Amino acid sequence: MTASIATSQAILVVGGGISGMTAALEAAECGKQVILAEKTPTLGGRTALLYRYFPKMCHPTCGLEINLRRLKGNRNVRVMTMTEVLAVTGRRGDYTVTLKVSPRYVTESCTGCGDCANAVSAEIDNPYEYGLAKTRAAYLPHAMAYPQRYVIDPSIVGTPEGEKAKAACKFGAVDLEMKEETVEIKVGAVIWATGWKPYDAAKIQPYGYDRFANVITSVEFERLADPHGPTGGKILRPSDGKEAKDIAFIQCAGSRDENHLRHCSRICCMASLKQTQYVREAWGDAGKSTVYYIDIRAIDRFEDFYQMVQKDATVSFVKSKVAKIVEDKESNPVLHGVDTEGYHRYATTHDLAVLAIGMEPEANGIKLPDDMLLDSSGFIEGCKGTAEDQGMFGAGAASSPLDVNRSVQSATAAALRAIKVIHKTARTEQV
Amino acid sequence: MSNANVQAVARYQNDFLREVEERVEEGHMVKMCMQCGVCAGSCPFGPDWEHSPQKIFMMIRAGKRDEVLGSDSMFMCTSCYSCIVRCPRELPITHIMHGLANYAHRLGLAPKGQPTREFATLFWNNLVKKGRVNELTLTLGHYFTNGLVSGIKTALGMQRIGLGLFLAKRLNPMEIFGGHGVKDLKGFHAIVAKAKEIEDRKKGFTA
Repeated sequence: MTASIATSQAILVVGGGISGMTAALEAAECGKQVILAEKTPTLGGRTALLYRYFPKMCHPTCGLEINLRRLKGNRNVRVMTMTEVLAVTGRRGDYTVTLKVSPRYVTESCTGCGDCANAVSAEIDNPYEYGLAKTRAAYLPHAMAYPQRYVIDPSIVGTPEGEKAKAACKFGAVDLEMKEETVEIKVGAVIWATGWKPYDAAKIQPYGYDRFANVITSVEFERLADPHGPTGGKILRPSDGKEAKDIAFIQCAGSRDENHLRHCSRICCMASLKQTQYVREAWGDAGKSTVYYIDIRAIDRFEDFYQMVQKDATVSFVKSKVAKIVEDKESNPVLHGVDTEGYHRYATTHDLAVLAIGMEPEANGIKLPDDMLLDSSGFIEGCKGTAEDQGMFGAGAASSPLDVNRSVQSATAAALRAIKVIHKTARTEQV
Repeated sequence: MSNANVQAVARYQNDFLREVEERVEEGHMVKMCMQCGVCAGSCPFGPDWEHSPQKIFMMIRAGKRDEVLGSDSMFMCTSCYSCIVRCPRELPITHIMHGLANYAHRLGLAPKGQPTREFATLFWNNLVKKGRVNELTLTLGHYFTNGLVSGIKTALGMQRIGLGLFLAKRLNPMEIFGGHGVKDLKGFHAIVAKAKEIEDRKKGFTA
């Protein structure tokens, strides 16, 4: 199946988030054969877990849906979910890639009815809610999942729970005998769209993310605001379920810090400004957002959005990097620090503290092929060597901390570079 | 004004940042400060001193020479290193604070009667005399910093500890007559003089 399109003229895209989908589609719509490999059971990546985009405050479902429709209408893309790259050998125009395909335990006959989930009682941490909620061990990743097929968690395979899921399926789509497979494919170019992950907030010791329930990260806050999220879109505190109306946003949580991530993650300022508007949306004038910042980096046209938020009476700004957080008796986070505009020492109590967490390459900690060139933070710059060696490219947040808009631009650029490689190397072969 | 201070003022005019960069230990890192305030917020001294490191660094850039060099904040630093550990830009804040204290002291601008400064001076003078710290004369000298009466009071109050140290052979009363020193005292003094010479040359005090 795969072999039919996997030739040295095909392009492999690693990662099925917004960047990977874009790169795959741009190349495929130019007539190239593309294999889109995604590690998790669904496409959409972290974009699908956002509540709204900045600055237009529209829903990510919109952008994803357009891409999914393009994908469904294109024969040149082969989507492989639950697939990881084990090794890449060879050179530009002639790579051999080893892929590991993990078992989903659900075949293509799945109709997405959900009977298996209803039959199973075992629960796992929902991988799409950043640890804020649980889900059944037979689950559909999320409403936007593509493919719309359930997944059986390996923890219940071989247990009576697994058998229950199998028995519940009217279409015989549950296959508990499914095994892990290793596939080898040939491609001419590789686009690494492996994306980003939030920095481990527990490492920022003075903020107490691991000790205080009401200190959360910005990605978790997205889930709280999302109607599909664990609270049904209500902004409630994790400690006691109380309505969180007075919310602190702490910028540069992990970013611009030699002890953590040395780069500026670029999106966090806009993400927090956007999230102040979730607070306004939820509580109106009764909501209160306080942004603690070193400096607001709202680049280009985003400045307009920043000015709009500045005019919002429910939002205030404190020019200071918070030094530490302690917790009071009611589990309220109390922020300590000194501001830069007057050097006033403060100890301010809020209902909830949101850490605008930095972006780190998802591939950090994973060994990439030796000939890849990374910057000091682990973002992909390209291949080592001269222009003649460039057959693998970074795209989107794997190449730099980028927002969705710029990720899409970066992915399009990467697709063009990959197409160029295919054209050049294919011609060489013919000569 | 001390001679060194007159020279420094003439040499650097209004460019206090450059003066700090060239003459204060790790002073070249001051301009790396991005004014985030984490050092000030992490300092265990909290509100108990006038100028936090963050504020001192901004004052240096603003050219507030008299205020910075006359501040006693640098002498309040206990070298706990919280600020260095937390600083997102890895500024050696503790070292800069000590460097500033040292520089202010050399120019004779440091606040008079600042206890840390006085004790440090006492310690240094005691040390260079024999190449070893004479604990007896150092502590006695320290007791009498604030005058004869309070010195006698403190000394009497410490009697039992002194006796205990004597019985444990940790204190030799004979040390009061000059005490023991390093074997090659002349060589030691030469080393100290040479170190001072190098330091002065590096920081531009001799030119």
